[in-house]
Amino acid sequence: MANHLTNLTLKIWRQPSPGAEGHFESYGVDSISDEASFLELLDVLNERLIDEGHEAIAFDHDCREGICGTCSLMINGRAHGPQRGTATCQLHMRKFASGQEIVVEPWRATSFPIIKDLVVDRSPFDRIIESGGFITAPTGGAPDANLISIPKVVADASMDAAECIGCGACVAACPNGAASLFTAAKVSHLNLLPQGQAERYSRVEAMVETMDEYFGSCTNHGECEAACPKSISIDFIALMNKDYLKAKFANRKELSRT
Amino acid sequence: MSVVLDAKIPAGPIEDKWDHYKNDMKLVNPNNKRKFKVLVVGTGLAGASAAATLAELGYQVDAFTFHDSPRRAHSIAAQGGINAAKNYRGDGDSVHRLFYDTVKGGDFRSREGNVHRLAQVSVDIIDQMVAQGVPFAREYGGLLDNRSFGGAQVSRTFYARGQTGQQLLLGAYQQLARQIGLGGVRLFNRVELVDTVVIDGRCAGIVTRDLMSGEIQSHAGDAVVLATGGYGNVFFLSTNAMNCNVTAAWRAHQRGAYFANPCYTQIHPTCIPQADDTQSKLTLMSESLRNDGRVWVPKNADETRPVDQIPEEDRDYYLERLYPSFGNLAPRDISSRAAKRAVDTGRGVGPLKNGVYLDFAAAFERVGYDTVYERYSNLFEMYERITGENPTKVPMRIYPASHYTMGGLWVDYELMTTVPGLYCAGEANFSDHGANRLGASALMQGLADGYFVLPYTIGNYLAPLLGKPGPGVDHPEFKAAEAAAAQRFHGYLDIKGTRSPDWFHRELGKIIWDYCGMERTEQGLDKALSELPALYSEFQKDLRVTGDGESMNQTLEKAGRVDDFFQLGMLMCRDALERRESCGGHFRSEYQDEEGEAKRDDEHFAHVAAWEWAGDPMKAIRNVEELEFEAVHLATRSYK
Repeated sequence: MANHLTNLTLKIWRQPSPGAEGHFESYGVDSISDEASFLELLDVLNERLIDEGHEAIAFDHDCREGICGTCSLMINGRAHGPQRGTATCQLHMRKFASGQEIVVEPWRATSFPIIKDLVVDRSPFDRIIESGGFITAPTGGAPDANLISIPKVVADASMDAAECIGCGACVAACPNGAASLFTAAKVSHLNLLPQGQAERYSRVEAMVETMDEYFGSCTNHGECEAACPKSISIDFIALMNKDYLKAKFANRKELSRT
Repeated sequence: MSVVLDAKIPAGPIEDKWDHYKNDMKLVNPNNKRKFKVLVVGTGLAGASAAATLAELGYQVDAFTFHDSPRRAHSIAAQGGINAAKNYRGDGDSVHRLFYDTVKGGDFRSREGNVHRLAQVSVDIIDQMVAQGVPFAREYGGLLDNRSFGGAQVSRTFYARGQTGQQLLLGAYQQLARQIGLGGVRLFNRVELVDTVVIDGRCAGIVTRDLMSGEIQSHAGDAVVLATGGYGNVFFLSTNAMNCNVTAAWRAHQRGAYFANPCYTQIHPTCIPQADDTQSKLTLMSESLRNDGRVWVPKNADETRPVDQIPEEDRDYYLERLYPSFGNLAPRDISSRAAKRAVDTGRGVGPLKNGVYLDFAAAFERVGYDTVYERYSNLFEMYERITGENPTKVPMRIYPASHYTMGGLWVDYELMTTVPGLYCAGEANFSDHGANRLGASALMQGLADGYFVLPYTIGNYLAPLLGKPGPGVDHPEFKAAEAAAAQRFHGYLDIKGTRSPDWFHRELGKIIWDYCGMERTEQGLDKALSELPALYSEFQKDLRVTGDGESMNQTLEKAGRVDDFFQLGMLMCRDALERRESCGGHFRSEYQDEEGEAKRDDEHFAHVAAWEWAGDPMKAIRNVEELEFEAVHLATRSYK
């Protein structure tokens, strides 16, 4: 049977609109089942706020299965909270203790401006993909799937990168607000595959440079990997940097211009 | 006055229908395509693939999603895989067999022509997705791997770990992103469809609400595609994402699109049982686990020993016992009902006695721990995160939950609804799965519709419209729809009652689950149909929405969605009541054989029920499309 945690104090960031000033608001929660997820704790609190005539706390969430990447939250200063390799939506209250104070903030990153309360705008990630995060393969012209042989180790490595859920925890955890882990995962997913070779260097160039327009620079802190709910390896950043360097050397026109 | 619907199935033998259609359809010259605008609502597999392909062809496309990014649509959560009739295993698969399995799996309540086309294009989907860089699982030799799934006796399911939906959606999203980057698609994110506009008998566009500012805006288009997913959240607790809703389909229904077979809902057998009252959603454990897991409950209801001390002879592997030829891979509806019966007889397991075991011990012994762990690692880890139990040490506990809806907007062979110019694709339409969907077929259908069907059929509709532009957003119908939408949302804020939208949603879900869930009876449905209107009128009088309508307000969004769920819920119960037979996911207790299996009534119910809006769901008119079976023989569906 479920046990209950008692006497929790939540300090939650409230901000009515993008330009407005925000502040922490404290809420006591007398009792919650340890089987509840962290977002269900927020659901319970929101129900109470509505009962009391207050506006509910806005937060992004959707699948609650750790795969859509919609949820976020800095919980006690850590992106997605205390459990490694776990998105906020799959974090359960059994990871907390009665009497605890829990501080809840939106993603910390200037590239992700706050829309309201705990909701931020992560659309720069989409701009990175739009610049090159794809294989140009118009519908209808594909050869038989088994004509492209891919060694299992290669497919697995690509899949390790492709698991990225695009939540933004890497950016929020990074002291520089860099998006290298996200971009590297997306670059590596495609650059490792035979199908991705034709656009390998143009892809990495476009994506890295779009990333640089929006995000800070990577200085190898490694916080991103620790915060990533899919535990994506920073080795992919090395792969991205290698490909980017090769792209730049290969592109003499670009070199002569700089 | 009810009408008989014509699905416009092309003539000829079933194998040739789609080719005949393509040979006969009208084409739009490449230079003229840019003169047409197509609005695509929803960016899951069906929506993203349709938007990307239509833009590649040269149409102007506007795509709409209520998410912050198109890549978050709920297709992403599909775990197990995607079917295709590749026959890479040489185990006897073929287009015909996939077609037959799907028709049979749907309990002979789907439309032959559509299903055959689906099976035909399934092979193209795998080719397309591999070319786009989807990292499907591979054999050591580099060729694609397959697994088997419920309702099939061949291995035709392609997969990417336990995240096939994620990888396919990322593939489709990347193609969409490419078109956005090229300017072929304009994307509107964090907007929700609140109305469709029909002018002079033709769909002229949509009205949206910006979820950040509350702004109501009209968009005109020459054709509109709704790819807005299913309505499984009508049950409140389901495996659907929290924001999945029926609003887009329901708004279209109110503007003249018929709603087909709403009572066909799928209750998925392998979900994590509810743990407590605060639970907001249920989590699916992929059906692929049934390849290696054995389902059982204790033989005796008063069993008290710990699970590892219950000897073999005191365990009831009920699926293997009841359905020896399919065993643990019996189709979803059958497995779900069997689990319900085990729990209803007091033999449920877990602290609330609300689940059955899914046990991997035999598989560990047979092929080794590492092999099994590699196959399902992410599912095992997810299970442990949610329940705090390690499924490699104690058997998983599972129970059925609402997962998918086979019903949806009625569409013809071209995926056009009863409103000319308004199309519906993916889970939102009704066409391919009959009364029950087989595992790994939803991804197949979403991508088939978006990549390989709509791009042809929309052209056939648009070709004669060249030089006949539709009315713009200044037309009075658009203005009226905008005003009605604004009034609707102000209305929710103005009620100032005492109960939140979630409270009403939970109560609504209880009624639907109790009376229109896994087993339905005439008496129960009558009860639901008297309770629902009463609760709905309470909703209209006692709803409380805090906050305002001019900034992001998730409570207000929810209110609109719950409103539509109420109306749909009534239609579901009416549909379930009128369908006096059992088929697939629709099980009426009055219609079962001596062994408790579903008893169809082909004489009276081999048809699609397509409901026509008449101002109120309780007054909706039931129209019929007769289902004709030429290529398959109607047979009792046996998995024994």
